[in-house]
Amino acid sequence: MFTKPASWDKMSAAERRVARMNSWVEAKDRKFATPQAAENYRLRAQRVADLIFLKKPDRVPCLPWVAGFIPAYGGITPHDVMYDYEKLKTACWKYTEDFNPEYNVFSGAFNPGPVFDRLDYKAYSWPGHGVPVDRSFQTVEKEFMQASEYDDFINDPEAYYLRTYMPRVFGALGSLGMLPPLYATMELPFVPAFFVPMGLPEMQQALQALMDAGKEALRWATAMAEIDAPLFEVRGMPALPGAFTKAPFDIIGDTMRGTMGIMMDKFRRPDKVLAACERITPTAIRMGVHVATAADNPFVFIPMHKGADGYLSDKDFRKFYWPTFKATLLGLVNEGLVPWNFVEGGYNERLDVITDPDIPAGSIYWTFDKTDLTRVKERFRGWAAFGAGIPGSLMFTGTPEQVEAWIRDAIDTLAEDGGMAIGTGVVLDHATPENVRMMFEATERYGNYGAAA
Amino acid sequence: MQELIDAFTDMREEDTARIARELIDSGTDPLEVLEGARQALEIIGKRFETGEAFIPELLMSGEMMKDISSYAKPRIIQGSVEVAKLGKVVIGTVAGDIHNLGKDIATTMLDINGFDVVDLGVDVPVRTFVDKIREIQPDVVGMSGLLTLAFDAMKETVQAIEAAGLRGSVKIMIGGATVDESIRDYVGADAYAPTAMAGVSLARQWKGIV
Repeated sequence: MFTKPASWDKMSAAERRVARMNSWVEAKDRKFATPQAAENYRLRAQRVADLIFLKKPDRVPCLPWVAGFIPAYGGITPHDVMYDYEKLKTACWKYTEDFNPEYNVFSGAFNPGPVFDRLDYKAYSWPGHGVPVDRSFQTVEKEFMQASEYDDFINDPEAYYLRTYMPRVFGALGSLGMLPPLYATMELPFVPAFFVPMGLPEMQQALQALMDAGKEALRWATAMAEIDAPLFEVRGMPALPGAFTKAPFDIIGDTMRGTMGIMMDKFRRPDKVLAACERITPTAIRMGVHVATAADNPFVFIPMHKGADGYLSDKDFRKFYWPTFKATLLGLVNEGLVPWNFVEGGYNERLDVITDPDIPAGSIYWTFDKTDLTRVKERFRGWAAFGAGIPGSLMFTGTPEQVEAWIRDAIDTLAEDGGMAIGTGVVLDHATPENVRMMFEATERYGNYGAAA
Repeated sequence: MQELIDAFTDMREEDTARIARELIDSGTDPLEVLEGARQALEIIGKRFETGEAFIPELLMSGEMMKDISSYAKPRIIQGSVEVAKLGKVVIGTVAGDIHNLGKDIATTMLDINGFDVVDLGVDVPVRTFVDKIREIQPDVVGMSGLLTLAFDAMKETVQAIEAAGLRGSVKIMIGGATVDESIRDYVGADAYAPTAMAGVSLARQWKGIV
């Protein structure tokens, strides 16, 4: 847990950022198995801190987002990942033994199947439930929020989630809609009536489902902690990121209105879209702040979906996506957190917008996929650190020599003066072991800032 | 008719629906109205290629087209001459992948550009692709996939089409956000379509239509 200094309220955003980063780098409350592990951790964490603060680190960090490759390399299926934590543990440790990655960037990718089973989750398909056991979980494109429900959501998002959205996406929680308003507990004579629905059989079933899911979630969290502990204590691997959130437009568009829904809403009810995005912005900020503070980790991962080139015109990006996303970013930055923006798709048409002078220098990390990295370097130099994303297709179909050449060229052209890391353009599910090995080796070989020319 | 086309290309959904109905109800041949809508959609498609229209415009165009078709088609006079289709396309999202949006846009654009499209849906087993190709005898097969795990399903599907002796009779294109030339080569497809409009161009090219 990050402990705020007594002077927090008087500190500037930059001072808060330094305080949170120092706490993460120093990890004073954590124990390491050996002095070497402690040294490894602090060197690696400092490398990322220098990256973000636009100082030249000792070398270019390698920060790929690795997920499905780990079970595939370990010979287990996506179904095993979600249901057999012992197999997952073995696969994770085999990956770290064989490839010696310096950062634990994969913990957040693995999720508990039994929780989704118990709740009868409808917003996604997962191995054995809607997709084969050898395929990863996938979003179900559906309007889980109806167009007629915008006002309900805008009036009270939390009540909407509790009484309408959750009963709809979790089949086992259908009767949560019966919950009376919580403020009905304000006086003794009102309290019993509040609890009467809790005694009904269907509500009791929903409450039981919550308890069972909670037990499964705790079992999973314990298993994930067992995976992470030696990675931190023995191998000295900093964990990234600390928390997650999303752009408000993606919150509404991904799993509430669905892609089709929100794109039509843009034409049919644009004012509702804007109001809903504004209404959810404080929550988007709170999501990041709350979890990052608990984790004592300043990085808030943000997958960016529906603002990519082609999805919206420049005018619509500036109107619908950017304002509340910028407000979310600044809300996180103001709390001393570092947004870790995973920019999916191309952002070639967005560079003018996102390089917003209101965003302070050295406060955000952006990792790019199908975007002209030379232009990114020109625009980002002295303003923000970025990850050069190796194309997923190269990691899968290319040779190690091609991967090495890509990394060498990227470092040659983009790493000057710091502010650049090697990343992956996609979440790495499909790659050859030789290419993954080369990705780490080549970044280390060519990315040393201290090496003689 | 120009009023219909203008409303359509301006993305005025209610006006487009009203004008289409007024035209048909006042005696305009429903096939002419469908042709007007098709011309409007072609303009939107071209705007997409030049970066003036985007995915929301394609999706809304699809919705307006469906609305006009649902009103016009039941009112087509028996014996009216319909424009011959340019060719047959079988399209689907490959096994293990349930993403559908890109495929649906491609289906709409191929359809309004004169192709007879059979959409197999999502998570289409290898065997279903093969069986449908044998049954329908399309000119073009389109395979969509978003996940990197879809690459192997695409490859297996192409190999199965080959093993069934059908590879020589079809042209195969693949599409999806993570697809590029190296994946095309890996999968054994004839081409990859970075956008729905590129898919239409490919299909036209393969049919020898300029």
